[in-house]
Amino acid sequence: MTKKIRNPKSQIPKLKYTLMTGNEAIGEAAVAAGCRLYAGYPITPQNELTAYMSKRMVEEGRVFIQSESELAAINMVFGASVAGARAMTSSSSPGISLKQEGISYLAGCELPAVIVNIMRGGPGLGNIAPAQSDYFQATRGGGHGDYRTIALAPSSVEEAVELTRLAFDLADKYRGPVLVIGDGILGQMMEPVKNSKFEIRNSKLLPKPWALTGAKGRKPNIIRSLYLKPGALEEFNKKLQRKYEEIKEKETRFEEALTRDAELIIVAYGTTSRIAKAAAQNLRKKNKKAGLIRPITLWPFPDKAIKEVAKNAKAFLVVEMSNGQMVEDVELAAKGRRPVHFYGRSGGGVPTPEEIEKEALKVMSSWFVDKKPRTTN
Amino acid sequence: MTAKNIFTRPKSLRDVPTHYCPGCGHGIVHSLICEVIDELNIREKTIGIAPVGCAVLAYDYWDFDVTEAAHGRPPAVATGIKRILPSNIVFTYQGDGDLAAIGTAETIHAANRGENITTIFVNNGIYGMTGGQMAPTTLLKQKTKTTPFGRDKIREGYPLKISEMLAVLDGVAYLERVSVHKPANVRAAKRAIKRAFKTQIEKKGFSMVEVISMCPVNWGTSCEGAIKWIEDNIIKYYPLGILRGDKS
Repeated sequence: MTKKIRNPKSQIPKLKYTLMTGNEAIGEAAVAAGCRLYAGYPITPQNELTAYMSKRMVEEGRVFIQSESELAAINMVFGASVAGARAMTSSSSPGISLKQEGISYLAGCELPAVIVNIMRGGPGLGNIAPAQSDYFQATRGGGHGDYRTIALAPSSVEEAVELTRLAFDLADKYRGPVLVIGDGILGQMMEPVKNSKFEIRNSKLLPKPWALTGAKGRKPNIIRSLYLKPGALEEFNKKLQRKYEEIKEKETRFEEALTRDAELIIVAYGTTSRIAKAAAQNLRKKNKKAGLIRPITLWPFPDKAIKEVAKNAKAFLVVEMSNGQMVEDVELAAKGRRPVHFYGRSGGGVPTPEEIEKEALKVMSSWFVDKKPRTTN
Repeated sequence: MTAKNIFTRPKSLRDVPTHYCPGCGHGIVHSLICEVIDELNIREKTIGIAPVGCAVLAYDYWDFDVTEAAHGRPPAVATGIKRILPSNIVFTYQGDGDLAAIGTAETIHAANRGENITTIFVNNGIYGMTGGQMAPTTLLKQKTKTTPFGRDKIREGYPLKISEMLAVLDGVAYLERVSVHKPANVRAAKRAIKRAFKTQIEKKGFSMVEVISMCPVNWGTSCEGAIKWIEDNIIKYYPLGILRGDKS
């Protein structure tokens, strides 16, 4: 007669969700994506991510390094990428400024890497409160030279998981650095994440014949961003631009809500977009036709979506936790067809739905003012 | 009677014209590394890191996998590569500005972590590529583009003894200072480079060879003058020998 031993673990109900902070979720997403090296340096408000990786990467037999500086961290990621591995670093605004040298080299050497920026207030040391004032840095290249980086901006913890995984795929596909852009709120707040989001996918990683693994049975591989022959760098830069055009064509992502009949389109990303969405819903309750466009890729910016809604909407209201950065991209996309208004809080200030609603009502009420024809003097 | 070929170009060294100036030591150090790599039979698993500076084009000469790195960052890049590929042989090739000025932090911390990598530190006491500015290892009273009256200890501080600093770190397994200004020194330099690579093969930790090298063009002297400058001045301030580890 065999005695049936009950496995104590089997009594624990299989949980469908895990409650975790954005920082931890990004870490676990990187583990699930097959990240083999993580290097980071302490900075608030992303410390939980580094701490999480110090445990998980070691558990998985992968590489965790607390580096001596942000410069070292990004260059360790550079090295891992040179060797063909998926690699990630994370930081917050001042640390991301330090990483720009490395990001420029990654772009110049066409090396895949994922860089997470959990933004805080600036300029300078600023503060440790949430902010979105690194938009220009994230979308204009950030470092020196003629390059761009895909910038993914999640608005929830679960989306942070999806976009971190996507970041690794896009980095490999287009051979370049990809940024995941969150803010202090996203990094610190806890939300449930479906456990299935962390499942290891069986899809094979792209082969990396360019990686340095030792020149065994093949010609040596060289990784460099130096082009000294006349015309060579211009040619290479044109190649980069063709790649960026392809990314614009294929990888632009955004979400729209309540836009079909909207007269006022609120444009916001990340945490701010959730606050703006609440404002748009409140406005709808008051029979005010407000809608929302939420760029998911900050670069490439969803300018076609802006152009499209500009056909029917009367105006845009851009809301950011900065003094106006993304607003320039909305203006570029709207090309003067519709007025673009702006409401921003910065230095750690977070807009409330009421504040956004008030701004929206101010814009919308101006449409009903009797407009006398302007005369020139 | 058939002639016996007793010395040939190392397999790891490409047969291409040099871009280095007459009397420069880089070519000697390049070939020493390649001879050692051939002798240890590690060409197919070696990954080199070329610096920013005169040796930025090292990959034009070395016939194995090479990556560039930003100025001062080779030890961090090497760390990333070696941690992913622990069975490969990873070395950095760095000048004095790269290793002892802009990359001081990366150097010290890679050494202190005992990263199992090898660093070939070419010390010629000057920024060559940019036209001869003062380096951290420029000697006192030495004239450069940015010390036109000679390096002054009050204004510019003392020549940095970075190898002596590194020698106190527990992560450093082997560290030797050599020179390539005379044939006997070149032979000793090769032995040191070989010991450094062996240290890595045996997974003992961080290994480094500081190579005192000539830069006659930027020192404003002749090839002979450069050799004399090393003999009379540099190796008096930077004495040759093993700073950490042993000959085994």
